[in-house]
Amino acid sequence: MTKTSRWMGRRVAGLLAGATLALAPWSAAHAELRIVACEPEWAALTTELAGPLAQVYSATTAQQDPHQVQARPSLIAAVRRADLLVCTGAELDAGWLPLLQRQAGNPAIQPGRPGLFEAAAQVELLGVPARLDRADGDVHAAGNPHIQTDPRRIARVAAALARRLAEVDPAHAGDFERRHADFAQRWQTAITRWERSAAPLKGLPIVVQHQGFPYLEQWLGLRQVAALEPKPGLEPSSAHLQSVLATLQRQPARLILRAAYNDGRGSQWLAERTQLPVVVLPYTVGGSEAAKDLFGLFDDTVARLLKAVQP
Amino acid sequence: MTPHSCFLVSLHLPLPLTAAAVLLAGLAAAPVARSADAAAPAPASTAPASAQRAAASAFNPAIWLILSGGYTQLQRDPASWRLAGFQTGGEIGPGSRGFGLGESELGLSASIDPRFFGSMTVALSDDEGAAVEEAYVQTTALPAGLTLKFGRFLSGLGYQNELHAHAWAFIDAPLAHQAFLGGQRREDGLQLRWLAPTELFTELGVELGRGESHPGAAREKNGAGAWTVFGHLGGDIGASQSWRAGLSLLSARPQGRESSALDAAGNEVTHAFSGRSRTWVVDGVWKWAPEGNAQSRWVSLQGEWFRRQESGTLVADSAGLASAAPYRATQSGAYLQGVWQFMPGWRAGLRGDWLRVGTVDAGANAALLASARHDPSRGSLLLDWVPSEFSRVRLQVAQDRVRAGVNDRQVMLQYQMSLGAHGAHSY
Repeated sequence: MTKTSRWMGRRVAGLLAGATLALAPWSAAHAELRIVACEPEWAALTTELAGPLAQVYSATTAQQDPHQVQARPSLIAAVRRADLLVCTGAELDAGWLPLLQRQAGNPAIQPGRPGLFEAAAQVELLGVPARLDRADGDVHAAGNPHIQTDPRRIARVAAALARRLAEVDPAHAGDFERRHADFAQRWQTAITRWERSAAPLKGLPIVVQHQGFPYLEQWLGLRQVAALEPKPGLEPSSAHLQSVLATLQRQPARLILRAAYNDGRGSQWLAERTQLPVVVLPYTVGGSEAAKDLFGLFDDTVARLLKAVQP
Repeated sequence: MTPHSCFLVSLHLPLPLTAAAVLLAGLAAAPVARSADAAAPAPASTAPASAQRAAASAFNPAIWLILSGGYTQLQRDPASWRLAGFQTGGEIGPGSRGFGLGESELGLSASIDPRFFGSMTVALSDDEGAAVEEAYVQTTALPAGLTLKFGRFLSGLGYQNELHAHAWAFIDAPLAHQAFLGGQRREDGLQLRWLAPTELFTELGVELGRGESHPGAAREKNGAGAWTVFGHLGGDIGASQSWRAGLSLLSARPQGRESSALDAAGNEVTHAFSGRSRTWVVDGVWKWAPEGNAQSRWVSLQGEWFRRQESGTLVADSAGLASAAPYRATQSGAYLQGVWQFMPGWRAGLRGDWLRVGTVDAGANAALLASARHDPSRGSLLLDWVPSEFSRVRLQVAQDRVRAGVNDRQVMLQYQMSLGAHGAHSY
């Protein structure tokens, strides 16, 4: 596995750096940062901004529901050696990140330290609940945490992350700034391209599996008619699916959206009864063959949506 | 694995205190000063609205409440349930018949300052009133992979002991935990863990404490009444599998540790043991989920093996005959369980429990101790309905063969509801 060899490489590099420290103190400045990203999109963004200056380990994959992860031994061991954690925050990782922080014996990544970066804290969140009550499901007090489906928010996270990288590794502040300027320019160009090609999607009525797409909806002007989960985090029940079916008879939708990691049965059930196409979005980097990096993620997302509504 | 050749920590006073002093000195020197930089306000353009909203309640600790209760149907009178041949303690057994309110658990936790995290869990029940399950402080700023915990905490030996009862897969503790740890072992004292800077999860831990929880007993002495050392290894196998395995050793010096037993006529008597108790635990866990996504389906296998050696003096029927004689015993036990989530929200489980009475040399007391050579065992089936992360209803059916020649069919239905702060997904 590549991440294995990356960590291993760091260890050898660390030994070499340590051995040469006495002779050439500046060589320590070339030490790489070790960064653990809680979700694949932040691993990809960190790689864009830090390139060869950091080794990035992703705690989850696109096939895993980030709500459901356990603080398993391999993650504790990775966090133990991390200089920086890049996580979504907004309680998306609330079930496991605090445990990793407490069990890893690593002071650098504790709450309030520069070594903990929360992406959701850098942008305005949608879906902030008007009331906090679990009768409404697994609501997140800070707002909906699935910000990675809006590239404009990713741009804001990138700017903040570049500053944080410079804070954690001041010796390379200039590099991070340069890499960020380059990324920001390419990203802005890509956003313009995606928005142009996604223009026909404006106002498109959709059904979602989980309340996981408000940022995508806001960005592309999609209109959510119904959700398969009766409440966030609750499995679709047959009674609720029936009511979604009734809603769709009054308010027709054009497609059903779900993330690559969602269980497909609920959306399949609805698709069979409504003849609506199910669009499985990669949702994050690695969620599809084409979503190899952040650019590929949105190329593929827009392409899949457009393909589903083609006459 | 001869316990006598074992190493490490002397029970005499100065060493633990010296170790603690060294650690606290290290903590004082830990580089928390940098947190001042982090506390500097973020640039206004990125200041999160949510953080401002949370400010009013930001210093309130996380609060959670676990409501638990249910219904128990026992074929045999639970008053006759004893692990005959084992010197036991703690809260063990199948519980009482009929409807019942289990333990309600109330917890609070928060960062104390940049150096410490604190947590308290109180179990509330009619029998015990309010019992302090855990009340500990944990360091967050020690360097080099070290974490020091002090106060009352669930001992890190084995696997399941460190999990709160509401996080167990089955409703009750395995027989091995009931026989050798009084159900669940707590320690009042210090725990130091070291996590190696390796890709393979490698953890070593040592605990020193009062040793009042079984197999220890209350004592009025300076120094530590028990110590524990444990090591764990763990990692992933591809994206779908993960594992952890460990070895632990617990050493306690109980004085007058009381154990309830039934004499030949079926009357309750109490035996009191003083001496040395050593327990080895081998534990292993393996989990599988497709692509590591535990949302719909997963499988978990878990097992632990215990071996306990005790030597000292046993006062048989301490309230009556009070017959004191040398006592030596080597006993063992194990369990193996598997849980399968076969669709979202539904799990099925199977568990096997086995205990070996082993060799018991009670000297002159041999006739007074239950001498039926019976190795207890139990088989349990579980059906678990988890409608959301915060609620759970489970049905457990067990065939309990703890009593010699007696089969006890046990049916337990239990609800467990979690209010407040989001629960932790411990491995």
